[in-house]
Amino acid sequence: MSTVIDRDAEQANQREQWEGGANIGHVVQPGELDLSHDVILYLDDITVSFDGFRALNKLSLAIDAGELRCIIGPNGAGKTTMMDVITGKTRPDEGKAFFGQTLDLTRMSEPEIAHAGIGRKFQKPTVFEQHTVFENLELAMKADKRVRRSLFARLTAEEGDRIAAVLERIRLAGAADRSAGLLSHGQKQWLEIGMLLMQEPKLLLLDEPVAGMTDDETERTAELFVSLAGEHSLVVVEHDMAFVEALGGKVTVLHEGSVLAEGDLAAVQNDQRVIEVYLGR
Amino acid sequence: MRTPLTVRLFAKLPRAGWAALALFALFAWVWVPVAHLALPADHALHLSSYWVSLLGKILCYMVVAVAMDLIWGYAGILSLGHGLFFALGGYAFGMYLMRQIGRDGSYGADLPDFMVFLDWKELPWYWTGSDSFLWALLLVVAVPGLLAWVFGYFAFRSRIKGVYFAIITQALTYAAMLLFFRNETGFGGNNGFTDFKRILGYGITTPEMRVILFALSAALLAGVLLLGRYLVTSRFGRVLTAIRDAESRVMFIGYNPLHYKLFIWTLSAVLCGLAGALYVPQVGIINPSEMSPANSIEIAVWVAVGGRGTLVGAVLGAGIVNLAKSWFTVSFPEYWPFFLGFLFIAVTLFLPNGVIGLWSKLRGRHAPATEEEAEPAPAPAAEPAVLTAPPTESTRGAAA
Repeated sequence: MSTVIDRDAEQANQREQWEGGANIGHVVQPGELDLSHDVILYLDDITVSFDGFRALNKLSLAIDAGELRCIIGPNGAGKTTMMDVITGKTRPDEGKAFFGQTLDLTRMSEPEIAHAGIGRKFQKPTVFEQHTVFENLELAMKADKRVRRSLFARLTAEEGDRIAAVLERIRLAGAADRSAGLLSHGQKQWLEIGMLLMQEPKLLLLDEPVAGMTDDETERTAELFVSLAGEHSLVVVEHDMAFVEALGGKVTVLHEGSVLAEGDLAAVQNDQRVIEVYLGR
Repeated sequence: MRTPLTVRLFAKLPRAGWAALALFALFAWVWVPVAHLALPADHALHLSSYWVSLLGKILCYMVVAVAMDLIWGYAGILSLGHGLFFALGGYAFGMYLMRQIGRDGSYGADLPDFMVFLDWKELPWYWTGSDSFLWALLLVVAVPGLLAWVFGYFAFRSRIKGVYFAIITQALTYAAMLLFFRNETGFGGNNGFTDFKRILGYGITTPEMRVILFALSAALLAGVLLLGRYLVTSRFGRVLTAIRDAESRVMFIGYNPLHYKLFIWTLSAVLCGLAGALYVPQVGIINPSEMSPANSIEIAVWVAVGGRGTLVGAVLGAGIVNLAKSWFTVSFPEYWPFFLGFLFIAVTLFLPNGVIGLWSKLRGRHAPATEEEAEPAPAPAAEPAVLTAPPTESTRGAAA
């Protein structure tokens, strides 16, 4: 850089920065997801203890934007606790959790985190059983979710189309008016995934999404997730190794609250420590 | 672009619902006034003042039942302290009624009798403005509303739920009752307010005033039912039932349950306050026993008997239990508590969805159980169900 800069050049340079053209800097929007470093989720040294038991022990994990990551590990490895930390349900005792570069997840409430763009599917399918399938999707839909708006909200044609599209995608178009409580287990799983899609999240956390599904359903779920990656980032916790293999992404093995191994499935499966943990030696 | 709210409000009710409402209006605003005022006392269809007052009182209870149903049946928050909001509305309007007595009290003083008896020389500061009708109306809404808002904010923010919440509301109404029992509190202590003479200068015991108060109670009930119907069929109502069924899911899709609960809780308290304000001039007395825990529990029993989660169920429940109560307390006064207890146990064991649940069960048995039957019917033909929320009712039946 020259020592003498004329005014015009400086302004042009600044404009370029503001428009994000230069790699030197960019404008940070408060409350907006900042993906400038291509990392969507960043956990650093997270520790969570319950009555002395360390559910998470200095867990560090980074998920890239658009990545599809599988998390595996034996029972009690801390997978669900990790999701609780990310979604604001559990506050970590120590450590940092950031969504993008700027959003500190440890200081946000559950609804705020959901608004910022993190969607979560529970281990046990949790849908609103008394509502119809259509209403479940309508409630999940990305919208102004404050009381005042909900009192007068009416479905626009465009919103109706979005719901119809998701109904097609999760293959529940024929069951739109049935109450969700009457669906089969696998259908409930799909409905919950559909609710996640309606939220249009940037990051999807999926806790055992194919539990209770038939082989055919599992296969279709894998296809769906693979098609979502890229546009969305996905973190999938799963025990079903065939499913993990079908997803094809990077695999992280958790054990006793921290990362034991990371890499592609084949490498992880051949890792001596992982084998020991799974065989319980 | 957007349809006016009134039009949308009208569109919410199926035709049979409007027919039922029109029938109710005809009964309350035409038949009762004519039968009470125009027909001579010895006429077979004459409605005695006892019945007008009793029915007016029950209409107020029905409003309370709907308010209770909105938070318990739809949002899943059981309050065992709703009698408090009802009593506060009654007290707020009672202050105005006490001031309307003027110098016609037994002591002939400017101050209400109980203050003269306590040897008070002037009105306490919180009685300021109580001689104004409009101020009284404002207090009727603001006092229960504000108390509910503050209490609700802290309770819901701390995520207090279920039986813990119910116990705290019970304690709240009990504490308020003890407070109001004290003479120093300035609300007539043990005896409360009574011996009312006038509203807006007109005699309170005249047949015309009785009919006006009755008609206003009916209007309030009709208004509350329409409002309730609008709320439970709106997206707001769907979020409420979602909170009732799976609150954590609601949070993770981005709704803040605190604001939703707080809104319906405060609204429910305000409706109770309005009902209390209409109740007091009709029964002619308000005292701290209205805040007794048993009264609040009874409100929950009305709703349970009628059927939680349906607006019509709440209305029916309040009607059935209170008519039974007024019959029992005349014929066998000592057995009423036993009957109430028996009713509660019986309903819990055999009618988990109340009278409405029984009714739809019977209807379901006669009709062939087809797939269509399980789906929310747009407008059931017979009137008792028309004001209910069809999806909730039908699916609850299916779940049970």
